[in-house]
Amino acid sequence: MIGTRPWLLSAPALVLFLVMLVTPLIMTAVLSFNSFDFYGGIKPTFGLGNYADVLSDSYFYEIFGRTFMIALVTTVIAALIGTPQAYFMLRMHPFWRSVMILVVLGPLLISVVVRTLGWAILLGNNGVINEALRRFDMIERPIKMMYTSGGIVLALVHVMVPFMILAVWAALQRQDPATEKAAESLGAGPFTVFRRIVLPQAMPGILSGSLIVFSLSASAFATPAILGGRRVKVASTTVYDEFLNTLNWPLGAAIAIILLVAVLAIMVAWNRLVEKRFAGVFQ
Amino acid sequence: MAILELRDLTKRFGETVAVDRFTLSVEKGEFVSLLGPSGCGKTTTLQMIAGFETPSGGTILLNGRDLAKVPARARGLGIVFQTYALFPHMTVEENVGFGLEMRKVPADERRRRIAQTLDLVHLSHLSGRYPRQMSGGQRQRVALARALVIEPELLLLDEPLSNLDAKLREEMQLELRRIQQEAGVTTLLVTHDQSEAMALSDRIAVMQGGRLIQEASPFDAYDRPANGFVSSFLGKSNAIPGHLEGGAAGTKLRCRELTLDGPASGETPGPVLISLRPERIEFTGEAEGIVAGRVSERIFLGDKWLFKVETGLGELLVVRRNSGRREPEVGEAVHLFWQAEHLRVLSAESAE
Repeated sequence: MIGTRPWLLSAPALVLFLVMLVTPLIMTAVLSFNSFDFYGGIKPTFGLGNYADVLSDSYFYEIFGRTFMIALVTTVIAALIGTPQAYFMLRMHPFWRSVMILVVLGPLLISVVVRTLGWAILLGNNGVINEALRRFDMIERPIKMMYTSGGIVLALVHVMVPFMILAVWAALQRQDPATEKAAESLGAGPFTVFRRIVLPQAMPGILSGSLIVFSLSASAFATPAILGGRRVKVASTTVYDEFLNTLNWPLGAAIAIILLVAVLAIMVAWNRLVEKRFAGVFQ
Repeated sequence: MAILELRDLTKRFGETVAVDRFTLSVEKGEFVSLLGPSGCGKTTTLQMIAGFETPSGGTILLNGRDLAKVPARARGLGIVFQTYALFPHMTVEENVGFGLEMRKVPADERRRRIAQTLDLVHLSHLSGRYPRQMSGGQRQRVALARALVIEPELLLLDEPLSNLDAKLREEMQLELRRIQQEAGVTTLLVTHDQSEAMALSDRIAVMQGGRLIQEASPFDAYDRPANGFVSSFLGKSNAIPGHLEGGAAGTKLRCRELTLDGPASGETPGPVLISLRPERIEFTGEAEGIVAGRVSERIFLGDKWLFKVETGLGELLVVRRNSGRREPEVGEAVHLFWQAEHLRVLSAESAE
């Protein structure tokens, strides 16, 4: 009786996960070992041919390199913006703090497609930014922002900063505000207090926030699809193209699995590093 | 010359006056306590001395130097916070060394002073630990070492023992006193715990409603409280409202239907509040008894007994040392006796 009850209680969630997540994942993994040709379609063979194709082609290396570079830069910028903002929010008057939380969470309340199209309107060659700069005679030719990695990073940072702020916020709330006063009484100025006292205590939050932001950015689809298009491809848009344009499902599946494994590996390694670095300091 | 001098120090938060023209001076090497219930302004006073709150009026002089324009980080005070406020990401050694680092003390001298201070608080063996790996009492000592290592002109202690359990608190009281005397540092303690203030201080400043009520040695504050508030806040006390009448043969106190011999001192006649410490009351035979009563409650506290006795003066608290003898039971009729000199006559206004 006692033995079965926990299983029964978690059954709905388990079934959902098995049907909606594990099954397609396994099917994708199986698919990635199949082969494909233009005339015969997908053949139920078993081989590592697709992986060999991906791993031996510099075209895919470039795509993966770009994907992780975009994710990394997005993560760093989100941390640089999010950490001070979380700190300022912590010290705000409660009323303005709740207003700011709403502002911070704003981007998450808007559909990703709508938000990204908004960025497209801003960033285009005839977009708001370039038009404004031209009107003030600051540029002659439009600055290229659409279909660049920079444009993708900009839009990703916009939506990723809230995750970083919330993670850092949670870490800062655990800190004893008297530690800042203690440092001040010992002779530290405001900058030293932030660098030596606040930042190290916020570090676990920054690191867990980075983990979320990095994995979400590396697997983001809508933003790179709209702002990068065909010219600036990342892993997720490449998978999409293989599935829906080339119809080479097995190759697409192989790329998807490689992305998954790579992100997982980076996350696990990162987590190890964090746990090792901060063992004993934060239980 | 006084190390610390507070003159008419005042702090207002909007309409409320948290600290009201507070004046106090602390001599070199002295241990002074600011004692009062929560909300009496003692913590605000400490925050102003530390530089975390700006006074609304009055002056703070440290060694004769006005602190009004000196930021907290330049005051050079050692502060021990209620939560200890240790830096969780630094080892004990790094915590203690932080203040020296800020003062740009060279590394070898820093090491020497850290070792010396950790030795003073008996923590040399734990210098590599992180705060999370230590007990409350040990963290308390680290906080103390961190404040002392910078050799402050004044040590501020903000309810330093309130987070410790009762037994540890008593041990740390003795420790704190020893460390303070060994380091010879002038100390200002803020606390709501009267026994802590009495055990540690050379002088107690009792605060109520933002004002200084009494400034005296622990013994005098206990034995000669300035008003009803002090007498009830410091230890236990019986407060008996009455009326004082002067006379050629000494004063008389009229309380309810009884008339008692009053103290010899020349208090002005009129309505008064009489304070009588429970440990000054004795059980006695009918012949000597000043007032008769009946024990309504009896509590055994190990080293002493606590009685509540219903008498013609109202309910009186009586404390007797546990001498191993039989003590009156609940419901027993008893007679109480005390020396007239133990009665403290306080003005009736302070009855609140």
